[in-house]
Amino acid sequence: MESMPNIESKTKTAPKQKGSKDLPLPKEKLLQIHNLMVKARSLEERLIKIYKAGDAFFWIGGPGEEAFGVTLGMLADKGKGHDHDWMHLHYRCTPTLIAMGMPMGDSIRLIMNKATDVSTGGRNFANHYSYPEWNVAPVTSPIEVQYSTAIGTAWAQRRAGGKGISVVTGGDAGTAEGDFASCLIWASRPGNELPLLITVQNNKWGISTNYDSQHGEKHTSDRGKAFNIRTEVINGNDPIESYLKLKEVMEYIRQEKKPVVLEAQLSRLYGHSSADGANRRDEPCCIELFEKRLIEWGLITRKECDDIKKAYDAEARAEMEAARNEPDPEADSIWDNVYVDNENGDWRKF
Amino acid sequence: MANMAQAIRMALHFAEENLELKDVFGEDVGAPLGGVFTATQGIKSAWNTPLDERGIIGCAMGVAMAGDRCVAEIQFADYIFNTIDLLKMAGNTLWATNGKQELPMVVMTPNGAGIRGSLYHSHSFDAHASRMPGWKIVVPSTPLDAYGLMLSAIEDPNPVMYLNPKALMRVRGEELIPGEPADEKELKSMIDAPIGDRSKWKPKWPKLEDYRVPIGKGKVTREGTRATMVSYGRTLIVCNQVADKLKAEGIDVEVIDLRSVYPYDWQLIKSSIRKTGRVMFVNEDTEVTNFAEHLAYRTTQELFYELMARPRVVAAKNVPGIGLHPNLEDNTVPQPPRVEAELRELLAETP
Ligand SMILES: Cc1ncc(C[n+]2csc(CCOP(=O)(O)OP(=O)(O)O)c2C)c(N)n1
Repeated sequence: MESMPNIESKTKTAPKQKGSKDLPLPKEKLLQIHNLMVKARSLEERLIKIYKAGDAFFWIGGPGEEAFGVTLGMLADKGKGHDHDWMHLHYRCTPTLIAMGMPMGDSIRLIMNKATDVSTGGRNFANHYSYPEWNVAPVTSPIEVQYSTAIGTAWAQRRAGGKGISVVTGGDAGTAEGDFASCLIWASRPGNELPLLITVQNNKWGISTNYDSQHGEKHTSDRGKAFNIRTEVINGNDPIESYLKLKEVMEYIRQEKKPVVLEAQLSRLYGHSSADGANRRDEPCCIELFEKRLIEWGLITRKECDDIKKAYDAEARAEMEAARNEPDPEADSIWDNVYVDNENGDWRKF
Repeated sequence: MANMAQAIRMALHFAEENLELKDVFGEDVGAPLGGVFTATQGIKSAWNTPLDERGIIGCAMGVAMAGDRCVAEIQFADYIFNTIDLLKMAGNTLWATNGKQELPMVVMTPNGAGIRGSLYHSHSFDAHASRMPGWKIVVPSTPLDAYGLMLSAIEDPNPVMYLNPKALMRVRGEELIPGEPADEKELKSMIDAPIGDRSKWKPKWPKLEDYRVPIGKGKVTREGTRATMVSYGRTLIVCNQVADKLKAEGIDVEVIDLRSVYPYDWQLIKSSIRKTGRVMFVNEDTEVTNFAEHLAYRTTQELFYELMARPRVVAAKNVPGIGLHPNLEDNTVPQPPRVEAELRELLAETP
C-alpha cells in the first residue's frame, strides 16, 4: 500500500524468554511503553467517538503515532525553564503528552470546548494543547510554524548553557514550508549550533496528497545533510527502535549542543481528521505489532493487554461523562486574555 | 541632542543593563554595522541573523516563550509581510491559551516613506499591524519618545510592534534624554562607531536614566482651539509644521501625537475634538482600510453632534507602491502642502 511505512523493524529479533537480560529494554520499560501507547489510543478513540456523537466540532489527532509519540514523551525532560526540554508539538501529539503525564480529561475537555479545558478554555481545536508549566509550547493550526518558534527556545537554552534541549515535531508535507528550511539554517549556524531535535513524522500524506507526488528527496531528513546536521530515519511504528534512537540522539544533543534531524516513518490510522471521516484505515498498527512481540516474548498475555485497554476505555468514557456536565465558556469571556493580566483590549473602553 | 537612531541605541543599552534585555537580533544588527540605520551599534547582545524574516520572528517568539526579553529587528517594514501569519500567531498566543502563554517580545522595524526608498523601502505597516489584536503598536516621532517607548515596550509583557519612522532616524530631538550629554559632538564621540576598522571599538555609554513613555498615552504637541490634527511618526512632524504655519496667521490648531496606535489614547482625542469640533487624522499608510478610518468612524459614532465639519482622513493614496521619483512619492504620501490644504478646507467648512 502506497501509504504504508515500509521499513524493516530493526529490533524485531529479541530473544523469546521472559525477563531475559537480552531484551532490548528492561521488561518494566517495555510494559510501561505499551501501557502508555494503549492509554493514548483509548483516548484518541474516545475523542473520535465524541466527535461522531456530535459533542465536538472537529477531530484531529495522532492514532497510529503512539510508538513514536509515547517514547518521545517518556524521554522528554519535563519541567519549566531553560534547564528542561521545550516541546514544540503539532496536532498529532496526544501520545507524547499522555506519556508526559497529561490527564485524559484535559484532552477531552479540549475537544468538547469546555470552560474547564486547561489548554485553551474552549477556544481551540482538539489536540491544540498548551502547557507552559511543562515547557510545552501552544499547539497551533498553521502548518510548520513551530519549526520557526523552536529556534527561539533552543537559542535561549543555548545561551543559558544548561541541559535543556528543544524538540519540534510535524508532518512530512509541512516540510515544504519555509519554516522547515529556516529551522535547518538557524540550527546549524557555525559556532552557534542549536540543541534542537528536529523531527518529522512521515505518514506519507498531507491531507490527500501523497508524499511521493511532491517530494524529490528520499527522506525529509536528508535535507539536514546539506547543513552538516546529523540525520536519522527510523521506523516510527516500532516503539523500541523509537525509544532507543530518540534516547541516543537526545543524549547527543544534550552533550554536543548540536541539532539532529530525525524522520520517523509511521502510520496514519484514522485518516487526516474528521474532515475525511476519521475512519480506521488499513495501515500497520504499532500497538498490534508491539503486542504481538510482547506476547511472543512472554512479557504479557493477550488477556492482560485486553484488560489494560478496557480499563483505559472506561477511564476515557468516565472523563467524557464528567466533562459533559461542566460549564461552557461564557460569551463575554472573548475579552479575557487579549493582553496579560486582562489589561483592556476593547477599544470601546479606551 | 541625540537623533532617533542614537536614542534607540541608548534605550537598548539601558535595557541590557537594567531590564534584563537578553537579545537584540536581526539582519546586520550586530557588529560591524549595528543595523542599517545604526540603531543597534555597540549593543552587547546584538547579533546578526540569517537573512530570514520568518526565522527572526519565530526566534523572537521562542525566546519570549522561554521567558527572556528580546528585541528583534526586521530591517525594513517592507520586508515584514512574509511573517504576517507568525505575527498574527504572536498576537493570539496569550488569547489562544486562555492566558497561559505570555509572549513578551518587541519587534522593531523602520516604517514608512521619506527616504526616497521607492517601492520596497517606503512601505508603512501601521494599518496592517492594527489588524493584529493582541499586539501593542507604538510609533515614536521624537528621539526622547523613541527612548521612552522602547523601554516601555521591552518591559511590557505583551508583544509590542515598534515602528520607527525611517525618515526620522537621523533627525535630532529638542529634548535631552535623561543622562545624555548636552553636547551632541560629545555624544557622537562616545556612542557612534568610527568609519573604517571597528574591530577594537567599544562605545562609552553615558550614565543613562530610566524614562518611560507609557504605551497608550498620546501627547499634545501644539495647543489650539480651531481644529485637531491626530497623527504619529513622520506625518506628526508634518502636522506640527503646518500648525506652526497657521499659528503665524493667528489660527491655532491642536496637534496630538498619538505615539501608540494600539491601545490608543481615545480620551485625549475625544477631549480635543470636543474643544475644536473639527478633526483630521493623518498618517502615511495607504488610505483604504487605514487605521485612521477607524478613528474617524469612532469620531462620528461618539461625537457626531459635536462636530462642526466632516472628519478627514489624510493618508497615502491607494496605489500599489511608492514611486522613486520625488514627483511620485510626494504625490502619494502626505506632504505639508496637501496636509495644509486639507486643513484649510476643514477649517473653512460650515455645518
Ligand atoms: C499553513 C497551512 N496550510 C494549510 C493548512 C491545512 N492543513 C492542515 S493539515 C494539512 C496537511 C499536513 O500534512 P503533514 O504536514 O504531512 O502532517 P500530517 O497531518 O500528515 O501529520 C494541511 C494542508 C494548515 N493548517 N496550515
